[in-house]
Amino acid sequence: MSLRRIIDRGVRYVLLCSALVSIFVVFLILLFTFRESLPAFQEIGVINMLTGTVWRPQRDRLGILSMIAGSLLVTLGAVTLGVPLSLAGAIFLAEVAPSRVREVVRPAIELLAGIPSVVYGLFGMVVLVPMVRHLLSVPGNTGFGLASASMVLAVMVLPTITNIAEDAIRAVPKEYREGSLALGATRWQTIVGVTVPAARSGIIAAIILGVGRALGETMAMIMVIGNSIRMPRPLGNNPLTIFLSQARTLTGNIAVEIKYATGLHEDALFATGVILFVLIMLVNGSARVLMQRRAG
Amino acid sequence: MSEHTARSEDITRESVSFLHMLKLATLAGSSEEKTDLARRRLIQTFAFVLLWLSGIAAVAILLAVVGYVVAQGAKVVNLEFLTTPPAGGLAASDVGGMSTTVVSTVYLVFWTIVIAGPLGVLAAIYLVEYAEEVEGRTGLIPLLVSVVRFAVEILAGVPSIIFGLFGYALFVSAKGLGWSFSLRSAAVTGACLVLPVIIRASEEAIRAVPRSYREGSLALGATKWQTTWKVVLPAAAPGVITGIVLSVGRVISETAVFFVTFGGTVRAPDTVFDLSSPGRSMALHVYYLAMETRAFDKAMGTGAVLIVTIILINLSINVISRRLTARLGGR
Repeated sequence: MSLRRIIDRGVRYVLLCSALVSIFVVFLILLFTFRESLPAFQEIGVINMLTGTVWRPQRDRLGILSMIAGSLLVTLGAVTLGVPLSLAGAIFLAEVAPSRVREVVRPAIELLAGIPSVVYGLFGMVVLVPMVRHLLSVPGNTGFGLASASMVLAVMVLPTITNIAEDAIRAVPKEYREGSLALGATRWQTIVGVTVPAARSGIIAAIILGVGRALGETMAMIMVIGNSIRMPRPLGNNPLTIFLSQARTLTGNIAVEIKYATGLHEDALFATGVILFVLIMLVNGSARVLMQRRAG
Repeated sequence: MSEHTARSEDITRESVSFLHMLKLATLAGSSEEKTDLARRRLIQTFAFVLLWLSGIAAVAILLAVVGYVVAQGAKVVNLEFLTTPPAGGLAASDVGGMSTTVVSTVYLVFWTIVIAGPLGVLAAIYLVEYAEEVEGRTGLIPLLVSVVRFAVEILAGVPSIIFGLFGYALFVSAKGLGWSFSLRSAAVTGACLVLPVIIRASEEAIRAVPRSYREGSLALGATKWQTTWKVVLPAAAPGVITGIVLSVGRVISETAVFFVTFGGTVRAPDTVFDLSSPGRSMALHVYYLAMETRAFDKAMGTGAVLIVTIILINLSINVISRRLTARLGGR
């Protein structure tokens, strides 16, 4: 057997080992976050952690319901603001825009995805927070809070939703459109009546992946959401003023406190991470199922 | 099972379109056709205006964010700002620049790519060139391959703060390896973060190489590895490089991971081999300036440098991928 045959055999195993590194990393992530969180789950109890509204690490009161509420509310706000714009953008790119316009809009959206989250956070602090403070004169409105954070997050999820939804719309067979147009439907009727319904599962997957992205965002949220450990609550009689309330996300809770936390407090932050991890895996998993249905 | 669901979904799709078409067909030829057409055209015009506005809005948002940060940043960015180290501390917000954060970022990018680059590319080669021939069979290796694919997908979806948490527990904390906040803790954690990015981009690039390239090489008597190394990989190079450049951008813009692994001291590691020293990347610098020293002007300056760097990276990716399309299309 010649040397090059031996190399050919050996290389296969070197390559396999490189591929196995990914499994190893996932294993380590699971091992370390779950292991460190175990004491918190045992001592406080999963239910107590998930339903506790008081986060006072000094007294071992470690309920994270306010952070869960913060994460869910800011995601809701971002989806409400971002989904209509993202889907309209996706339809525009896939069905309406002339190729010259598309060549400007698509790189712009790519660049939106590439802007560092601290820059979005900084822009939010300097531009959006003062704007929210001045425009909405509700007592207790500092500008920092769910509204500003939702706006920042809406822009951050826009590229994710637009790109995936555009792909889904593009994947609809040409015959569907041709059939509709041939029967005298306008292009808009074709989009609403045929193309978008046919791309439905891909579009829903796009929105779900946007939700996953929103739940995971950390630094931009810390910078604009106010990081209050209290349960978000409406500032006035209008229930919508809850969005002017300061809050804290699950991600922010970890990042703000992990560097100095010790003992049970540290374990509880790892537990926050585990809960976030499970939440995001569920969200991404359901998007995956939808995408596979589309492909199959 | 999945075939069944897919078919039933197709039927729903078709029935939706069919009903829609039926409605149109009944209208055809009627006396109301003309006014109806005018009405439908009007609705279309209105809808298309909204769609155009959404496209314009995306560009406008980008221009607003980039324009504002760059315009504000331009007030403080000059050669001195780029070459002076930050003063640090709360009092000295009006003095100092960002030089050490540039140095720290370069060191961090270097090590992240040195670790994740080869690993990711080799893994991608395996997944495309070697794994696809065993897939569908039973046994340990096919099982491992499907677990690897699943793991890459999980890694790509894990939020960065979870990577940070893991890096903190395994590398930084005394309960783990006890490397404390350091270049090595940050680089290894960062490498885990960008590994799926490199694997996915490389996989795509390698898969796009025409089969005939491989067949030609194998027919000339080359071994599989010789074919992969000398024929497939060079042909896939632009795509592989795109993945690596993308990861460079990811490391430069990432903050959460390095916030909990790199430390944050304004002093940069002495050399690129000073692995046990902490540091502060440019993105971290923006965070500390905004959140701790409240030096928004300098934060804007650093943010502007960050944005310009990211724009240059995106431009270079576009150039590379255009070359790739030209090359594959040209032959």
